[in-house]
Amino acid sequence: MWDYTEKVKDHFLNPRNVGEIEEPDGVGEVGSLACGDALRLTFKLDESKRIKEAKFKTFGCASAIASSSALTEIIKGKTLEEAQKVSNRDIADYLGGLPEEKMHCSVMGREALDAAIANYRGQEVTKEDFEVVCKCFGVTDREIEKAIRENDLRTVEQVTYYTKAGGGCGGCHPKIEAIIERVRKEMEKQAPPAKPEKRKLTNIQKLKLIEETLGREIIPALKADGGDLDLIDVEGNKVMVALRGKCSFCPSSEVTLKQYVETKLREFVSDEIEVEEVRA
Amino acid sequence: MAPEVLEAMLPYFSEYYGNPSSMHFFGGQVEKKINEARERVADFLGADPSEIVFTSCGTESDNAAILGTLDSYPEKRHFITTRVEHPAVGNVSTYLGRKGYRVSELSVDREGRLDLDELKETVTDGTVLVSIMYANNETGVIFPIEEISAILKEKGVPFHTDAVQAAGKIPLNMKKSTIDMLSISGHKIHAPKGIGVLYIRKGAKFSPFMIGGHQEKGRRGGTENVPYIIGLGKACELAKSHLNEENTRIRALKDYLEAKLIEKIPNTLVNGDRVNRLPNTVSVSFEYVEGESILLLLSDLGICASSGSACTSGSLEPSHVLRAMGVPFTAAHGSIRFSLSIYNTKQEMDYIIEHVPPIIQRLRDISPFWKDFLKSQGKA
Repeated sequence: MWDYTEKVKDHFLNPRNVGEIEEPDGVGEVGSLACGDALRLTFKLDESKRIKEAKFKTFGCASAIASSSALTEIIKGKTLEEAQKVSNRDIADYLGGLPEEKMHCSVMGREALDAAIANYRGQEVTKEDFEVVCKCFGVTDREIEKAIRENDLRTVEQVTYYTKAGGGCGGCHPKIEAIIERVRKEMEKQAPPAKPEKRKLTNIQKLKLIEETLGREIIPALKADGGDLDLIDVEGNKVMVALRGKCSFCPSSEVTLKQYVETKLREFVSDEIEVEEVRA
Repeated sequence: MAPEVLEAMLPYFSEYYGNPSSMHFFGGQVEKKINEARERVADFLGADPSEIVFTSCGTESDNAAILGTLDSYPEKRHFITTRVEHPAVGNVSTYLGRKGYRVSELSVDREGRLDLDELKETVTDGTVLVSIMYANNETGVIFPIEEISAILKEKGVPFHTDAVQAAGKIPLNMKKSTIDMLSISGHKIHAPKGIGVLYIRKGAKFSPFMIGGHQEKGRRGGTENVPYIIGLGKACELAKSHLNEENTRIRALKDYLEAKLIEKIPNTLVNGDRVNRLPNTVSVSFEYVEGESILLLLSDLGICASSGSACTSGSLEPSHVLRAMGVPFTAAHGSIRFSLSIYNTKQEMDYIIEHVPPIIQRLRDISPFWKDFLKSQGKA
């Protein structure tokens, strides 16, 4: 019996956005009946080119259905540029985590999104452009490489958990090992300087670090989308911010805050940080 | 576990803790009880008590039978089994292949049936042992074990059968049989988990797998698991008395459940031979939906079933049994097994029949393939 989080159970038992949009702007289809799971994602954009509606139909296990449901919730209100940044980990995190063996469900969600965006842009990617490494599940070298990079994978077993590659006859294990070795070497070369260790901070240090992180990691990203953010106050671990510019009337501002600002502050300052939006 | 079994076991955890191998009266009275249990098991299998070896589980019985026979015929290097065995035999077969044995795994047809001509053609002078399960643990399909055993007797090849799934469901009588070795497991007949039996016909060559003391006449070393052996004896006595009910009332419940599921849910396939099947096993596949999702929705309603789907086991492919049978890929991931017992009732079947159809419909509504299928049929 899998140990699913309450969030996974909720999205499985009460999936959001089930269905197919008539005349969608983008359609993405991945997986197949034979492989044991498949996802058809459709979306429609509004006048400002943000995803107004996203719907899914999924054949698969509970975590596949929950991942699809989570994906549609995450991308609603996003521009395609923003949506493209959604990683499989974001889907898993949204659900409070997935068992590692089931991470391929979150990867399937991200792949369907990629396919749907490519479909909207008229740039269909076919598997023929890449080498199919795992013949049992039809997984290409590109898909394996992407999963290794996005999820910091190190073993064949992990690659199987995340992409299904190697989960059938096992004949492709040497090839997967070679890909892991090559990609990890490339990753080490490109690795950014190590992030500062999280340590116990005084209030003044914490405030400084929050300001630095906002200025370096968060505000530039918001500005790129025509938004901005002001730090209003800090009380213990509660960080109060006000959104400016486009962000202040964006319907997805709650998501922007929770998903983005909080994640970054937790990453660079403290795991206990909680972000709250205030009007000021 | 049957309440009568627990009751029979309890004194052997407390009052009667003597070691049956001891010479003193305290151990001696326990030894007497073990012999009684052995007689009950023998009676259940139509065997002689001296042919009964207690083990720790069905897997140990299977391993002991195979490895113990191979050890007795070191010059013979060919092992035969089927593609649909339980892992307790299937993975031993893989292991033997790695160890340099020639291994033949017999195929099954779409109904899960063996081709006995294939068996006859596969056996050679170098065949050390044939191990074929009595009934399949996923589909309940029964193999013609006595016919197989007769073929092998004629060719002089030892034969073992894993009867874990069959015991207590269909009559077994070793006196009328030519089977050399047979495995059973306690928990499948309402004894506790952690006890099994290997039947070894008098005269069959066998080297102990568990090497140790003189217990079980030197065929299985290790201190006897007294309370569990007593429990298994009681369970065998009960199983014998319930055999008739299994084949009348329970068979009727199974047929009823199977028929109603097919009637109420379109695109439902029965997995395997519907005639030669255990009286308690319903194995069906619902096309265009996935098994784990079905199980979780059933579990939410207090219905415990199992599935041959990939996702339930952590593997990525559907079960080896369904693949060996060539179940169509539209259905291989949506298989569900209901195992009934004498503790089940008609009311429970009606509860399942009421709740399964909406669950399948709900998942089909989420599945991208169902509407495509309906469209292809001109129904949507």
